[in-house]
Amino acid sequence: MTNLANIHEDAESLLMGNEAIARGALEAGVNVATSYPGTPASEIIENLAHVARERNLYVEWSANEKVALEVAAAASFSQLRSLCAMKQVGVNVAADFLLHLGLSGTRGGMVLVTCDDPGALSSSNEGPSRHFARMFEIPLLEPGDFQEAKDITKWAFELSEEIKTVVMVRSVTRVSHASGNVRLGKLPEDERHAEFKYDGLGLNADEGPAESVPVGEKHRLQQDKLILATKLFEESPFNTYQGPEKPELLIITASAGNLYTREAISVLRVEDRVGLLKLGTTWPLPPLLLKRYLSTTDKIMFVEEVLPFLEENVKILAAENAREIGVKTFYGKNERTMPKTGELNPDIVISALCKILKTDYIAMDPEYEKKFQMPFSAEVPDRARTFCPGCPHRASFWSIHNALQMDNRKGFVCGDIGCYSMGRFSSGFNTTKTLHAMGSGAGLASGFGKLAQFGMDQPVLAVCGDSTFFHAVMPALVNAVHHKSNITLVVLDNSGTAMTGFQPHPGLSVNAMGDEVPEVDISKVCDAIGAKVEIRDPFDLGETQKTLNRMLEDKQGVKVLILQQACALSPEKKHTKKYEMSVDEELCIGEDCGCNRLCTRIFQCPGLVWDNDKKKARIDEALCVGCGVCSLICPAGAIKRKEVA
Amino acid sequence: MATKPLSKDPYNIVITGVGGQGNVMASRVLANILVRNGYYVTIGETFGASQRGGSVMSHIRVSRQCAWSPQIPRGRADIAVSLEPIEAIRVLKKYGNPKINALSNTRPIYPVGVIAGQLTYPSLQEIKESVKELCLSSWFIDATDEAMKLGNPILGNIIMIGALSRIGELPMGRNDFKEVISKSMQEDKLDINLEAFDIGTSIVGQ
Repeated sequence: MTNLANIHEDAESLLMGNEAIARGALEAGVNVATSYPGTPASEIIENLAHVARERNLYVEWSANEKVALEVAAAASFSQLRSLCAMKQVGVNVAADFLLHLGLSGTRGGMVLVTCDDPGALSSSNEGPSRHFARMFEIPLLEPGDFQEAKDITKWAFELSEEIKTVVMVRSVTRVSHASGNVRLGKLPEDERHAEFKYDGLGLNADEGPAESVPVGEKHRLQQDKLILATKLFEESPFNTYQGPEKPELLIITASAGNLYTREAISVLRVEDRVGLLKLGTTWPLPPLLLKRYLSTTDKIMFVEEVLPFLEENVKILAAENAREIGVKTFYGKNERTMPKTGELNPDIVISALCKILKTDYIAMDPEYEKKFQMPFSAEVPDRARTFCPGCPHRASFWSIHNALQMDNRKGFVCGDIGCYSMGRFSSGFNTTKTLHAMGSGAGLASGFGKLAQFGMDQPVLAVCGDSTFFHAVMPALVNAVHHKSNITLVVLDNSGTAMTGFQPHPGLSVNAMGDEVPEVDISKVCDAIGAKVEIRDPFDLGETQKTLNRMLEDKQGVKVLILQQACALSPEKKHTKKYEMSVDEELCIGEDCGCNRLCTRIFQCPGLVWDNDKKKARIDEALCVGCGVCSLICPAGAIKRKEVA
Repeated sequence: MATKPLSKDPYNIVITGVGGQGNVMASRVLANILVRNGYYVTIGETFGASQRGGSVMSHIRVSRQCAWSPQIPRGRADIAVSLEPIEAIRVLKKYGNPKINALSNTRPIYPVGVIAGQLTYPSLQEIKESVKELCLSSWFIDATDEAMKLGNPILGNIIMIGALSRIGELPMGRNDFKEVISKSMQEDKLDINLEAFDIGTSIVGQ
């Protein structure tokens, strides 16, 4: 990891969007940074944690996003600068506190960074977070490139401190996880002292109690802050225009849409016909600036991802000012020039522009395209996502699947958020049948487990990871125990928040900054809540399945099975091999074995392949990590494991 | 800054492979070399869920003018660097054109659909012939096999970067590589990575 505090001022560095956001926070003198891990936001806090000691920061991976926002707000109330980062769904979790925080206001500069995932590249949804800014009446900024990711974050702290409200900075996957040149600024030297002042009068923004009440007064004060923000936004350097004075078409965009639109204009060479208004301050909109640009033409197009946020808000402004600026033709999502789902790319913008400007563009020569058809080119097999070689989840789902098959009462598994969401694919033996939000597997199971009075006799299981357990499963588990719901919860404990890069969670003895901290024991928590708890190693297929079958038979209350085995990519396990694996070609009887290629057709570990020439199973030495599990599933005993000394 | 003109501006590179092959690391090393040599570089990539056994792709845009979008428009890549052979064709299908070059590893990683017997993986010969037909020039190297001789298959990514430096389309040399990795890697890993880079250059140099 690059040390972001070590790069000197004025240097030009290649930074990932998330690194640029972290550097912006450092340049603003951030003191406290919090988050719950989630792609595409995780690297912001990872980078700040990396320099926590040398910059005297307090950085934590909180139990969930609501707690993260509260911890960050406490720092702001104590006159420190704080940043709280999360993926789009985190804002849903933090929303209750965010609504109240908008009313109470903040003191030290406080920035909420949300990273949306249009196209759901690493999510189970593509939910928008920008609407929260409008709904909760807080300012919203959106960086349109990598330099702005740094500069906007830095300015967001100043803005927050000036108008005393939390400022939302919204990024997307293609800004957060993309990288580009960034020119760096200075790191401040001043130190802040933390004190929470509460002796002032109720409405004293700096020295009164920090409260959302009295609502009437606080709400009016909050709206006054937005009026201040609007004035600042009218002059903001983050709103830029490129193009002719009187363009044929004006495109209004923000965020990654800016990069796609610039590319599309350049590819089509329509720089002299199209104007590009890139907004960095997207809520509240600066009305004078918009009126000025809307007056330059009568055709307006919007380039933004997923739901029409800019489009709807600009249309309101345009309607209010129609007498002055004239009637416009709008091209956006509502009349289907642009898609309302999925992420954008330059090609989508190019084809929309071609329609509006009546230009032609051929992306790929049809003669060249023809070459991809058989017999000219080999056919490309799809590459479905799967668990990594040696992943404990493959073994866990193998046992869960077999236990349910053996039980034979149409039992099912409620899925949850993590790598194990892939339990719904063939690599997880299609085991999970529901998938929603963090903790929803246990919550849904709690409900399914109460349906016996209506005739349901299907066994109900839920799975969750160790980090997810602390984030949102605990209340669902309390609910299930208290209401005597008949369920089995399987905690897939792989010793870290594996999917997002092994961030620590409350179950581990280390925190974000590497300090030793007390670990919260999942089995003791479950036990204290009143569930029947057992712990197994998922690589012991026999014991795991036996335990599961016993739990499925037990119709009384909540059973918890904790399956403990570290992730194959975890720092402690990576590049180590427990077993040297081999296939005994004498014993493997290939297609003649009654198992019908159980090892490869069903188990589907990338490290165990089918040798088409020999018609036998074969270990792929480059991929196998030696977990040894496949040796337990071969009915002929042909897959051998030898413990590495 | 005085930078050498590129054969095309922006020059568009796709580095592709399968999650876990060190795609992200390879693209970062390459991009850092180019930033160091005075270019604007944009890398577009996704990681997280998409990484788990799926196809991964990094788009690298190199320019003397400005930062370009993190996604290359269809049909506009200039070179495809593929850490896994079939992924080369997947990239060409979307970003190829008659002037594109390709540099590919020869070691397949079978998709689970192939392992399960539902899909067919073409022979290396078929893949080579297709890539040749679809590109101006193409190179196939045994990067993973060479990396395994060094003791770690993941070094295949650096062997490929070494090979790319020798193809001559990009201003990047051994010293640039050394400078960049000495800033980002632990000291005990530098020698083995330099060795991997050299293997790459010598394979293409032959």
